[in-house]
Amino acid sequence: MAIVRFIVRRLLAMLVLLFVISFLVFSLLYLAPGSAIDVLLKNVPRNPETVAALTAKYHLDEPFITQYWIWLQGALRLDFGESIQTTLPVTGEILARLPVTVFLAIYAFAIEMAIGLGVGVLAALRQRSVADRGLVALTVVGLSTPAFVSGVFLLYVFSVALGWFPAFGAGEGFLDRLWHLTLPAFSLAIVGSAFVVKHVRAAVLAVLDQDYVTFARARGISRSKVLFQYVLRNAMIPILGVSAMVLAFLLIGAVFIEVTFSINGMGSLVVKAANSQDLPMIQGVAIFIALIVMGFNLLADLAYLAADPRVRNRTLA
Amino acid sequence: MSARTEVVSLIEAPRTRPNVLVVVTLTILGLIVLLAVFGRLVSPYDPMQQDLGLGLSTPSSEHWLGTDALGRDILSRILAGAASAVVGPFVIALGAMVLGNVLGLLAGYRGGRIDSIIMRWVDLTFSLPGTLVVIVVAGTFGGSYWLAVVLLIILVAPGDARIIRGATLEQAPRPYVEAAKSIGVSEPRILLTHIWPNVAPAAIANASINFAGSLVALAGLSFLGLGVAAGTPDWGLMVAEGRSLLFVNPVAVLAPAAMIVLTATMVSIAGDWVYERLSSRGMSR
Repeated sequence: MAIVRFIVRRLLAMLVLLFVISFLVFSLLYLAPGSAIDVLLKNVPRNPETVAALTAKYHLDEPFITQYWIWLQGALRLDFGESIQTTLPVTGEILARLPVTVFLAIYAFAIEMAIGLGVGVLAALRQRSVADRGLVALTVVGLSTPAFVSGVFLLYVFSVALGWFPAFGAGEGFLDRLWHLTLPAFSLAIVGSAFVVKHVRAAVLAVLDQDYVTFARARGISRSKVLFQYVLRNAMIPILGVSAMVLAFLLIGAVFIEVTFSINGMGSLVVKAANSQDLPMIQGVAIFIALIVMGFNLLADLAYLAADPRVRNRTLA
Repeated sequence: MSARTEVVSLIEAPRTRPNVLVVVTLTILGLIVLLAVFGRLVSPYDPMQQDLGLGLSTPSSEHWLGTDALGRDILSRILAGAASAVVGPFVIALGAMVLGNVLGLLAGYRGGRIDSIIMRWVDLTFSLPGTLVVIVVAGTFGGSYWLAVVLLIILVAPGDARIIRGATLEQAPRPYVEAAKSIGVSEPRILLTHIWPNVAPAAIANASINFAGSLVALAGLSFLGLGVAAGTPDWGLMVAEGRSLLFVNPVAVLAPAAMIVLTATMVSIAGDWVYERLSSRGMSR
């Protein structure tokens, strides 16, 4: 089966990449200023016993490669040790915060694709009209607006000035969470929507230029049928690739949005860890996010294969 | 596999007379650059000077944009903040352009082992989310503005290298390169004075994209507390500091936030314009 071979090959490549990343992430402990003991003990008053205990726990008396091997074995079981700040297991902390971040990302993704597809197709169909030019100008501004900036603007207008939405927190239960995360999701979606609009518009324009579209209209096929069955089906192929890129951006944007709206998710976790140089936590989150991003990339490739028989034949041949 | 679709541009056709949008854009950018150099001279107050007796205040005739929690004048801090908003991104865009162009030219022209080594580095950085890499490294070493600048050069240059490699591959088999080779022109000279001018529009357009991207990235890192040192007048840091003051003096947050968007947008438009001009002059054959 060609498709299985393709997936296996991609998974192997991912494994190699993950191996490289894990090595770099582990090395951070040694690249950090001060000895590993300094990094791990932080401000805790040290005495020979605590130093000895740490040395034994992290196998600091073993050679570097052995230490990496021991750490890797833990990492493969998703065990990244304990956070220096909270002394709780890193994986537990990450998993506790994952649902909020995933909720936020999916919510923002839905908004992005709705705005991106709707506006992008509209702009392309009305190419060079006033509306199109206005929308293109808006995407240029949108692309230059980072998530934390759109965050404070929406926060001010809809939360401080109008008081329609809560200013912080993630809420409890589905509906409350939906309500709490509406502003964060829209803030997060602005830059991504602009990106999707730009690519959808370009993709649709490229298809509209094709002879088969003109010919279909000439044969008397209705406008809507041409749009949905000829234009959009073909334009979807580049759009699929864009949507996978967007998912990876969302994860990074979520870091900024969670800080802006004081949401206790994975993003604010990694920022807190980075600001207090909590290395085991940084290592754990880095590996988790790398895994998720690589998963999205694989999904994008599979989506291409599913959508486009030409790509399928070329890649699987 | 990434989707490479045609990029839409605000400036559709090359024009002979200057477009109003372009004039406005270049004027604003010029002002911001002037501020980056002379900002501290024209600011009404010392941007670092605290006035704890005054504390947080809303806009007034003395402090046009009000003051922050420590009584520092917001307008002065915004003027002074132009420096960190312009200098770092400029260094990144330039550094990444030099590094990326040299490696891209080499990879595209020589091919072979050097090409595959450079492309592996490109693949690696493309598969990592750049901002996360900076957060992780800043978390390890302790964040600082110049650490972020150096990291961003390393993470951004592969984009330049990939574009220039592609353009070089297209130029290398052309007769003028053949001709230069046959009369014994040295390889560095072929690359820099023969091939590079033909791929320059792409390089310069990408540098402006990198400038806008780095401006946003650096401001974001400062916002997270991993960029400039606490107390520095910086637009990203001001957004973070003012976030809790949103109820009292929203201008303290919204003004620096607007400056980030304005500057990044203007840079993108200017980059588009430069690209259109260079390519319409027939520099990209």
